[in-house]
Order: sequence, then structure tokens, then C-alpha cells
Amino acid sequence: MPLSWALLASLLLAVAGYLIGRSRAYATAGSDIRNLHSRPTYHGASVALLTLTPAIIVMIVASLLRMAKTLSPEAAGLVGLFALAAAIAGLGWGITRIGAGYQARNVVERIVLGVLIFCSSIAILTTAGIVLSLIFETGHFFQKYNWLGFFFGTEWTPRFQGNSALGILPLLWGTLYISVIALLVAVPIGMFAAIYMSEYASKRVRGIAKPAIEILAGIPTIVYGLFALITVGPMLRDYFAQPLGLGNSGSSVLTAGLVMGIMLIPFVSSLSDDIINAVPQSMRDGALGLGSTPSETIRQVVLPAALPGVVGAVLLAASRAIGETMIVVLGAGAAARLGLNPFEAMTTITVKIVSQLTGDNDFAAPETLVAFALGLTLFVITLGLNIVALYIVRKYREQYE
Amino acid sequence: MTDLPMPQSGAMPAPKSSLMVADARTRRRNAAEKRFRLYGAGAIGIAMIALVVLLSSIISGGAGAFRQTYLSIPVALDAETLDPKGNRNLDEMSKVLTLSYGKVLDRAVEAAVASSGIEIAELAEKDIDNLVSKEASAHLRDRVLADPELVGQTVDVNVLVNGRIDGYFKGRVTMESAAADSNTSPQQLMLADALREQGVLVTRFNWDFITNPDASDQRPEAAGVGVAILGSFYMMLVVLLLAVPIGVAASIYLEEFAPKNRWTDVIEVNISNLAAVPSIVFGILGLAAFINFAGLPQSAPIVGGLVLTLMTLPTIIISTRAALKAVPPSIRDAALGVGASKMQSVFHHVLPLAMPGILTGTIIGLAQALGETAPLLLIGMVAFVREFPAAPPEGLFDPASALPVQVYNWTQRADPAFIERASGAIIVLLIFLFCMNLLAIFLRRRFERRW
Repeated sequence: MPLSWALLASLLLAVAGYLIGRSRAYATAGSDIRNLHSRPTYHGASVALLTLTPAIIVMIVASLLRMAKTLSPEAAGLVGLFALAAAIAGLGWGITRIGAGYQARNVVERIVLGVLIFCSSIAILTTAGIVLSLIFETGHFFQKYNWLGFFFGTEWTPRFQGNSALGILPLLWGTLYISVIALLVAVPIGMFAAIYMSEYASKRVRGIAKPAIEILAGIPTIVYGLFALITVGPMLRDYFAQPLGLGNSGSSVLTAGLVMGIMLIPFVSSLSDDIINAVPQSMRDGALGLGSTPSETIRQVVLPAALPGVVGAVLLAASRAIGETMIVVLGAGAAARLGLNPFEAMTTITVKIVSQLTGDNDFAAPETLVAFALGLTLFVITLGLNIVALYIVRKYREQYE
Repeated sequence: MTDLPMPQSGAMPAPKSSLMVADARTRRRNAAEKRFRLYGAGAIGIAMIALVVLLSSIISGGAGAFRQTYLSIPVALDAETLDPKGNRNLDEMSKVLTLSYGKVLDRAVEAAVASSGIEIAELAEKDIDNLVSKEASAHLRDRVLADPELVGQTVDVNVLVNGRIDGYFKGRVTMESAAADSNTSPQQLMLADALREQGVLVTRFNWDFITNPDASDQRPEAAGVGVAILGSFYMMLVVLLLAVPIGVAASIYLEEFAPKNRWTDVIEVNISNLAAVPSIVFGILGLAAFINFAGLPQSAPIVGGLVLTLMTLPTIIISTRAALKAVPPSIRDAALGVGASKMQSVFHHVLPLAMPGILTGTIIGLAQALGETAPLLLIGMVAFVREFPAAPPEGLFDPASALPVQVYNWTQRADPAFIERASGAIIVLLIFLFCMNLLAIFLRRRFERRW
């Protein structure tokens, strides 16, 4: 690994540069340190940063070139030498600049600010990476598969020999069906829990219930998935589906929907809590003063006032439900079908992304590439829901500020 | 008050009802009030019940993974079979396959059963040989190769028992299910019962579950989470080293330095949207960008760590910004007032004061990353590392596994014994998460300052 050796050498050079810079600054200052513009440590730091920065820039550029396949991996040694040369050049330049009038602190602060700006744009780079990789591979997919067939096809039967039917509609239907059930569970329970905790609960009850709901929020989704697989699924099958003659499958829409609903309770409840608390106390006092009971105050004053926020919260929860993976992978099954029976196994977009991209992938086959098209669809749906929800919530918050 | 004409008591119409008696409408309203309260309490109750059922079903299902049945018998390590040339040369001895050790073990088990004097009708030889796990002969071979002088002696060994018999002691396998199972038989279970009474079969705490690597489909009794814990640890290291500095730097810029302009707005909207992007999309990004484009190795903790870093960045940025915002402006003003630069005021005063909040947020972000499964599935974090702990994944570029992915992997296997393992792995995961959250709560309680 010549690159890591080069990095280590540059780090050592930087440390040396710091020590040299500081002592030279002391030397130039003479008897009175006030002659310097900046404190000696800043002189040291400026030399160190001027040593490191060029070396790191060289390495980043080289690895980008390598990823873009314009630089062969064998050139790593050359890159290392180049980086080291850059570090030495920076070190020399940094040392020669030291003097009483040199504004070392300003230089250091400018470099640090640059680093801070770079770090904050990584979020942008991530989004760009997501969008680019999705669009790029989706483009490949649509070269091999008709887009009309993808968006309007009602059949999902991938085959390894090719000639697969890859229609998204059954997956979309499964996703929406499960999400709706999850929301039907999570929204009433989450909202009532939030209302009860903020308006009725005694301190003791709140002291138990709030942490319990927070624990529910901290449990990883794989745990919910396993819960669906080993407890909820068999229970629904044995006590409801089989006696009613509706199916024999342990994994079903209802299993996934119920467990996902439980997962979303803390999410809905904490969002509703914020929203209810944002309604001004004066409105509540007004209603109570006119003689309404607390529940009438909530139903007829607080909730209507909070309605936009509630809608936003439901949309955010919906976006969570649509993007959730592990619960549906373990609870909903893998059969793509368009049906209404909630005790039947159905599948979702996320399940199919997992099943098409795990195992040996052939990135030239539409059966693999379709996962990227599914991912893009998922990304667009959740992004759209989020943007609308955040817009509504923000708009609503401004009303009372 | 005095200006009001006092109504003559005689002129008052007789009240239809008393304030002391609730009329129908009041009663209805009060009932509605009570019902509403009940709905609220019911919602809390449902949430609590769900939590209790969830945790108890996982814990009761997984507790078995921490106990395992072992068979302790004397094994005569026959020199003829194990060292045909008789010169105790390691190179030549390592040519002897696990199969031969299996035969040695079979003989030992048969001898042990014969000497115990247990008589069971229709007990086949296969039932006796199958008593021990298929993994046991490999263990025996490792032990002999580590110490060739054992050959020719009779040593006491503790070997893993077949998963079916282990399952019988844990209640997973019954006599009825054994009758229908080609891998075991009621006779074998009766033999196991008898051996247990003699103390030859012992069920004890299973350290191997925590240190062993994964095992193949046929050997659930030998499967453990060792590699998965190590892999998760490596990934957390990457997340800690990358996400925390980058996240804190980004928040400092956005909170303290960023001018209010379009670019800053774009970054902010971006971060809040990234926080809501489904985790599986990050997996697709990791697959497309880090593995296909950048050519990093599949199943490597570095790729998993990078994906989780990108995923936890928004969480860390959001909580760090909240912590920075909580530091009152007077601190900054005081620093600026005595001549510090903006940068100095932030790094010398604001950041140290915000540190407890940042740490809490970081730990919560890490806990989230530790439990994340979906993106890791796509980058194939389920490498099968056989030689563990002898040859562990040594660095960030070696194939490894991750705890939650290991759980998923086990749920996909046919043998129900793996479900127990999966629940056991979840318990390990939950213990880690619990400790992390406890630490976060402790830090918050201990160091949080209210201004």
C-alpha cells in the first residue's frame, strides 16, 4: 500500500513542519513575542496544514481518476511519490513564509473553513451519488426492457433464462396495501398516545410510557421482522386465516402491516407530540374557558388547528412505511400478486430490490438492472412524500410563530 | 354588581333542573370525555403490550441459543487411523481428513453407549453415530493437529451434540416430530434421555455461540456470532472515524459560519431529505458507487462502514446542530468581545460546551447504524468465514459479516434450530444497543447543561 505509506510520511512531515514553524516563529519574534502577528502555534499549524493539504488533494484526485478508470492501479507508487513531493514542496513554502508580519492565523482559519465547507457538501455529494447511480443504471435497464412494460405491466415473473415479465404494478400494489394497513394501525394509536401523554397522563404514567415508546423507536427493524416471522405470522395464520378459510400462509399482508404499524407508533406519536405542543396554549385556554371538556377542546380546537401538521406527519409516516425493508422481507412473503385478501402473501418494491440484488449479480441482465429502476421509483415516491410533508409542516409552523 | 337589578325571587321561573343533577346532555358529554380518555389510555396500553410481547417473544425464543448440550466421553485416538506413518509429522497428519476423525469419534460414542449399559429396543447404529454433531470431528481434528502427541492416547473430550437432540432438550423437537424426521428417531431421543440421566450429556452455558463463526446448513448447533460481532465492530469503527468528524464539521459550518444564501438552503433541505431516504437506497448507492464503480471488495467492512456513514451523517448533523444551537449566544459574544476570532470562539468555547449533546447524538446515530440491515444485504455482508478465531477477518478489506445480516441469513435456513440462533443473535444485538443507549442517557444526565 504505497498510498498509506505516503499518507503516513506526509503526516510525519506535517508534525515536523508544526515544530519547525513554531520554533522559527519564536526565533523571528526575538525577545518580544508581541512582534508577531499570530501566535507561534498558528505559525506551526499553518506549516503543518500547508504540508498536508497538497498531499491529500493529490491523493483524492488520484483515487478519483482511478475510479474513473483513467489511471491504472499500478500507478499507485507514482501517485505516492507525487503526493510526497507535494507535501515537501508545501513544507518548504510554508517555512519560508514565516515572519513577523505573516498572518498565520488567517491562513489556518481559511483552510479550516474550507474543510468545514467541504464536509457540509458531502451531503450534496451523497444525494448526487444516489441520483446518478440510480439514473445511470435505470437507463441501462430501459435500453433492455420496455418502459411501458415496466410501469404498466401487471405481471412480475423474473426468469434467469431471460424473457421475464417485470411489471411494477403488483409490487406497487403490495407496497401500498401494506403501508395503508400499517398507517391504519399506527396513526390512531400514535395520535391517541401522544394526546393522552400530553393532555391527560399523570407524571408517573408519563414517566413509564414515554421511555417505553422510545424503546420501541430504538429497536432495529430486523427485530420487528423476526417478530413478524416467528410470532405474528404464525398467530394470524392459526387463529384467523385458517379458521376463516382465507389462507395458509404465515407471511401475509396483514402480518407485515401490523408489525410495521407497531414500528411506526413511536414515529407518529413523537411527531404528533410536537404538533400538538405547537398549538398555542391560549387557544386551549379559550376553549376550556367557554366550558368545553378537555376532549372537546382537543377534538374541536386543537386538532383542527393542528390538521396540516397531522397531515404532514401521516405523509412522513407513509414514506417510512413505503421504504421499510426488513419487516416486509421477513413478514410479507415473496409472491407478487394483485389481490385483496389480507391473509395472502404479497410482496413490495423493497423486497424485490433485495431479492434481485443479492446473490450473484449479472449487471448486464434486465433481471438485475430492474432493481435500480425499482430503487429509483422508491426514491422518487419517498422524496415526493417528504418534500410535500416538510412543506406542509413548515407552512403550518409559521402560522403560530 | 350593585347596579344590576336584583331579580325578585318570586319572579324567577322555577328551575327545571338543578345544577347538582347532571342533565342528559352533560351526561353525554361527560361520557364522551371518559371514552376519549379511555381511547388514549388504550393506545398507550397497546403500545406497551406490543413492546412486552415483542421483547418476550424474542427473548424466550433466543434464550436457548445460550445453552447447548455437550457429550463428554473418552476418545481413544487410534494411531493407525490418525497417523498412518507413525512419525507424528504434522504435514503428513494434516493429510488425514476429517472423515477419519469422524470414524474414531463414532467408535468412541458406540463404546460409551455400550459401557453405559443402556438398552433401547430398535436402536440403530446410525442413531448412535448421529448423536454427536458433524462439527465435532472437525473440532477433534483441530485439537489433535494442535498437539500431535495426543495420538495413541485416550483423551476426554467434550463434543457438541447433534442439533436435533439439543432441540429435544429445549423442547423444539418432540417424540412425534422425531418419528417423522429422517435425521433423528424416537429411539435416539430415548438414548439421549438415558445418557443425560447418567450425566454423560450435559447442557451448559454456550460461550461458543458468542465466539464461533457461522456454520453450514446442517450444523446449527455449531453456529455462532463471532465473525458477525467482529464485522459489526469494524463497521462501527469506520462510522465513528468518518461520520463523527465529518458530521460535526458540517454542522459547525452550517450553524456558525454559513451565510444565509441559496447554497446553504440547498444543503439544509438536502440533509433533511437524506434523513428520510429509505435505507435500502443507500445500499443501492453502496453497490453502484463503492463496489461497481470504485472497485472496493464485496462483503468488506469498509464498504459497509462507508454506506452506514452516509446513512448516519444526517442524524449526527441534525443532533449536533441542535447541541450547537443550545449554546447561548452570550458565550460567543464574550469570546468575540475579548478579541477571539470567530473560529477561536467556536473551537475554544462553543464546541466544548456542546460536546455532551454531540456525544449523545453520536451514540444514538451509531446505535441506529448498528441495527441497520437492508443496505448491508445488498453489499453482501454475509461472508462465510470458516477459520475463526484462528484466521479472523484482519482488517477493513477482508470479507466479514454483520450481526443484523447474520440474523436475516439464519432466518432463511431450513432447520428451525437456526431461528433460535437468530433470536439469540438479536439478544446479543439488543444488549449492545441497550448499553449504547444507557451510555447516551448517562452522558445526557451527567453533563447536560441548561442555560
